[in-house]
Amino acid sequence: MSDKIKSTEITDKQVYLNRRLFMRAAVLAGTATATTLLYRRLNPQPLKLAEGEKLDDVVKVTREEASKTGYLVDEPQTPLASITNYNNFYEFDTSKSGVAHAAKGFVTRPWAVSVEGLVNKPRVFDLDELLQIRQEERVYRLRCVEGWSMVIPWIGFPLHKLLEKVEPTSQAKYVAFQTLLDPNRMPNQKFGILSWPYVEGLRLDEAMHPLTIMATGMYGETLPPQDGAPIRLVVPWKYGFKSIKSVVKISLVADEPPTTWNIEGPDEYGFYSNVNPNVAHPRWSQADERRIGEYNRRKTLMFNGYGEQVAKLYEGMDLARNF
Amino acid sequence: MSALPNTRRMTSLNFTKLVIFTNALIPLALLLWDVWRKNVGANPLEFATRTTGMLTLVFLTLTIAITPFRKTFNINSLVKLRRMLGLFAFFYGVLHLLTYIWFDRLFNFISVGKDVAQRPFILVGMIAFFLMVPLAITSTNKMIKRLGGKRWALLHRLVYFAAAAGALHFWMLVKSDVRLPLTFAFVVGVLLAHRLLVKYFPPGSSQSTELFPKD
Repeated sequence: MSDKIKSTEITDKQVYLNRRLFMRAAVLAGTATATTLLYRRLNPQPLKLAEGEKLDDVVKVTREEASKTGYLVDEPQTPLASITNYNNFYEFDTSKSGVAHAAKGFVTRPWAVSVEGLVNKPRVFDLDELLQIRQEERVYRLRCVEGWSMVIPWIGFPLHKLLEKVEPTSQAKYVAFQTLLDPNRMPNQKFGILSWPYVEGLRLDEAMHPLTIMATGMYGETLPPQDGAPIRLVVPWKYGFKSIKSVVKISLVADEPPTTWNIEGPDEYGFYSNVNPNVAHPRWSQADERRIGEYNRRKTLMFNGYGEQVAKLYEGMDLARNF
Repeated sequence: MSALPNTRRMTSLNFTKLVIFTNALIPLALLLWDVWRKNVGANPLEFATRTTGMLTLVFLTLTIAITPFRKTFNINSLVKLRRMLGLFAFFYGVLHLLTYIWFDRLFNFISVGKDVAQRPFILVGMIAFFLMVPLAITSTNKMIKRLGGKRWALLHRLVYFAAAAGALHFWMLVKSDVRLPLTFAFVVGVLLAHRLLVKYFPPGSSQSTELFPKD
């Protein structure tokens, strides 16, 4: 081989190598970008909350009342960013960090709640009418059946105030609740993840208990979509899934009504579903919990710490059987 | 192609490995970055556990996908990527187990033991992990030589059980939306079924792969 040929050969290879280097850099950068985007898509970032409407004239609880009534838990409140980005609301998304994104823009006006069944005065209440009922602040623990918990400053009114307006008859023994059914607004209702609409139920005495509220807001503002806007049930001594969201119907009935998670897994989720550290979920222990924002695990309290107020509702009942 | 003197050139194989290596570490980098920025949501521990678990399953699936792909598309060089994928599965498996023992159980091994006994899905996950341990240990060339190819290959069939247990572990822990776990189970199932198919109906006996059938 002569020098001449060799030199051209080298130049050619240099060009070739440069081009290959460039291609390789492009492949590397391209796949890395694609992987990053895929990761971000699968793991949505926390969503900044849009400002809700301020709720005025909210009655605050005094500390003296609180110890007896259980209306105000004296524990650090969970930050709003956590409450609004860590949600179980399967109608929108089954990933807790995805609900805020999927529920964004959920329209809650107009909204009406029908209260019917075994009552003397069945009625459809417009949301504005329900907001006229004296709104109170209630700072409750919320214990999810999955083993995590929060402390949430709800705003709402006791359910018994609403039920008294429709006058339940003497045959009414239970209260059945129903979430909105609208697959166009709640996209996951197009899939058979659960039997839609979501339904829940309480015994009448549980529903009438002063701790049981219909929440319309939290942290001084109206509820964001991911937390059950515009109106939801909150029963602080039961696992979170009992506190049904975006309620459109409340019926008074004679027999124990079907409840969604009980239909889904009868041996895992009972009708009562009172928070109980002594009765394990078939797949995990309920003895302790992770309070969102804390490193150490907390001991789970019987009736979520509301035993003084509600234990008497279950006197003589075998709570391991009626889980 | 002849090797060029005085030129640092990377073989295609090594470049492919670099691409896989980089992409395999990106999720970990993003996870750590989000932890650093305190941007991992309300329950960082659950997030880290779920993410590392998912990555373990992804890499396990990719590992057992190599052989079916290699045979179906006749790309023998794919086998050279298998070790790296398998080791990434193990790597994320270690992180997954560590996040659980560290953050969920706070290094309380009695509580880990109780949890394993009480929660079948954790037991299944543990089994999946410990099936991967001997595979990681015997992944070096030296170990292949020491064991001998045949015995090594036999031992490494444990990966089938690790992948199946991993998919089962995922399916068992989900409350009701089983779409993703079922997808994993389906893919793992197909990849394992391919092996049975090859074993009991070898390609030689099928008309589709042979231009001129023997009989």
